[in-house]
Amino acid sequence: MSDKIIRLENIVRIYQIGETQVQALRGITYGVNYSEFLAIMGPSGSGKSTLMSILGLLDRPTSGQYFLEGVDVSKLSRDEMAAIRNRKIGFVFQNFNLLSRTSALENVELPMVYSHVSSKEARDRAMTALAAVGLKGWEHHRTNQLSGGQMQRVAIARALVNDPTLILADEPTGNLDSKTGAEIMDIFCRLNQERNITLIMVTHDPVIASYARRRLYLKDGQIVGEEVSEGACDRAPASGG
Amino acid sequence: MRALARNKMRSFLTILGIIIGVAAVIAMVSIGEGAKKGIEERFASMGTNLLFVYPGSRNIRGVQSGFGGFTNLKPDDARAIEERCDAVKATSPSINTRAQVVYANKNWNTQIQGTGEKFPEIRNWRVVEGVYFDESQVASGAKVCVLGSLVKQNLFEDEDPIGKTIRINKIPFTVIGVLESKGEQGGFFNRDDMIAAPYTTVMRRLRGVDYINSIDVAAVSADKTSEAQRQIEELMRERHRIAPGAEDDFQVRNIADVAESAAESTKIMTILLGSIAGISLIVGGIGIMNIMLVSVTERIREIGVRLAVGARERDILLQFLIEAVVLSVTGGVIGIIIGVGASRLMKYISLFSNITTVVTPESIMLAFFFAASVGIFFGYYPARKASKLDPIEALRYE
Repeated sequence: MSDKIIRLENIVRIYQIGETQVQALRGITYGVNYSEFLAIMGPSGSGKSTLMSILGLLDRPTSGQYFLEGVDVSKLSRDEMAAIRNRKIGFVFQNFNLLSRTSALENVELPMVYSHVSSKEARDRAMTALAAVGLKGWEHHRTNQLSGGQMQRVAIARALVNDPTLILADEPTGNLDSKTGAEIMDIFCRLNQERNITLIMVTHDPVIASYARRRLYLKDGQIVGEEVSEGACDRAPASGG
Repeated sequence: MRALARNKMRSFLTILGIIIGVAAVIAMVSIGEGAKKGIEERFASMGTNLLFVYPGSRNIRGVQSGFGGFTNLKPDDARAIEERCDAVKATSPSINTRAQVVYANKNWNTQIQGTGEKFPEIRNWRVVEGVYFDESQVASGAKVCVLGSLVKQNLFEDEDPIGKTIRINKIPFTVIGVLESKGEQGGFFNRDDMIAAPYTTVMRRLRGVDYINSIDVAAVSADKTSEAQRQIEELMRERHRIAPGAEDDFQVRNIADVAESAAESTKIMTILLGSIAGISLIVGGIGIMNIMLVSVTERIREIGVRLAVGARERDILLQFLIEAVVLSVTGGVIGIIIGVGASRLMKYISLFSNITTVVTPESIMLAFFFAASVGIFFGYYPARKASKLDPIEALRYE
């Protein structure tokens, strides 16, 4: 585990929009340690969402190399990328992206549908994951009956259920009030500290970013600064729940 | 799959097209099969020693040989065949027309079959009340008739018809007998829906012609039919003065040939009816494609989520394909139930009372697999479209 979980070598991503080419990322070279809690910050258009898509294997870089746990994943096929997303990466989105009119439990079971886990085991693991984010007793509620904070917890449970090594969160508190946002951040802190899950979070909110140990600043598709300090997580270890 | 349950109304409307298509295929094919079965039974009960002599050539695509090719069969031909062919037991000239028949305040449109006196013997058809007309009545062109049981039922109900006068095209005929019911209904015809009268009377009074439509011939036994056929052909060529090598202006067919060609024509009818119904099945399939496309667009976000958590292209493709097939197969099953029900019900509806329907396992299988294939065929394009979505764009889709 001495090596880094993520190594980016001169990642460039160019979007072709009609005749014009837009350079979203202009050569990112960076490494992320195991069990890191990293916040990526930057103004809109800085390329942070593009970087997240590439880190999450939802997109491929135009050039450059991306090593995930020492394996070059920058040239995989769509289905190979899907398999890695399924086993190693959990996603948490700003708008939750839960299936509507479906129970919390079914949402959490979804990743296991694609990793061929037996339905009984899937149920058990989904129940455990929901309990871990404090949603015991809410398993059979439909997602549209839940509050924003609860929906984000369901999303975290879904990200967690296949035991990922990496969780990517894109503005996870963007649609929540500050109190609920803090509760969500506490859950992230616990996951990072207790389970050693590597956490990468995109945000433009400095308060939320201050939870992270390391902060990376992006502008115009390039890294413009990095800051390491004791994160809020380290200062006030989450007290469970 | 749950998506289908969530949109019950929409799912139902989507499969309605398939339901109607499959039900139509089953019902239509059952009519065709029923007609086929009826014809087979009808010919089977007529006996195997029966032959028919028709005028003209049956070669429809070729040019008809000779002027008035269909008027060249005369009653004398029948008489000659009976007298001079020793493999022939009996003959009966046959001439048909349709006419309005009136008795008291009731009337009925039916087939008037002009026959010779040996018709019951040749066709193996008994007279249950009264008598059949005899040789002298045929010779004199008497205005007498024998009723088929359905006509008797419709005009007389429980009344005794013997000796009563009915009017056929306003000409009075005396009823002298009633034929036994042949029972089973053969396809679109009911054999009991007819009136037999001397062919001489039908020729002169009802048709005003001097020729006959055909001659019914009974061979002395079933194994003498080909012998009889040969003798008749020889005699007819001689009588009609056909030069060696020239084409016949008549045709002799035995019952097996006739049954075969009748079966052939019902087969064509079955295919025709089935194809028309099949078109509605394809329309139903387009309905499925349409709704699946809407469904894919509506669920782009869901597809994005599924892709993000690790669904492969195949998983998404299968999901939507299965939904389409479940829709079409459900529609197929409901359609089969309705189609079978409809073909059973048809005999209770008076309009269709003459139609026999037979639902074969083949037609059910055919309709079912056709429905499933429609689902796969029309579900594939939307499913493929869904599976090729870009996960990032799908997740951002509003």
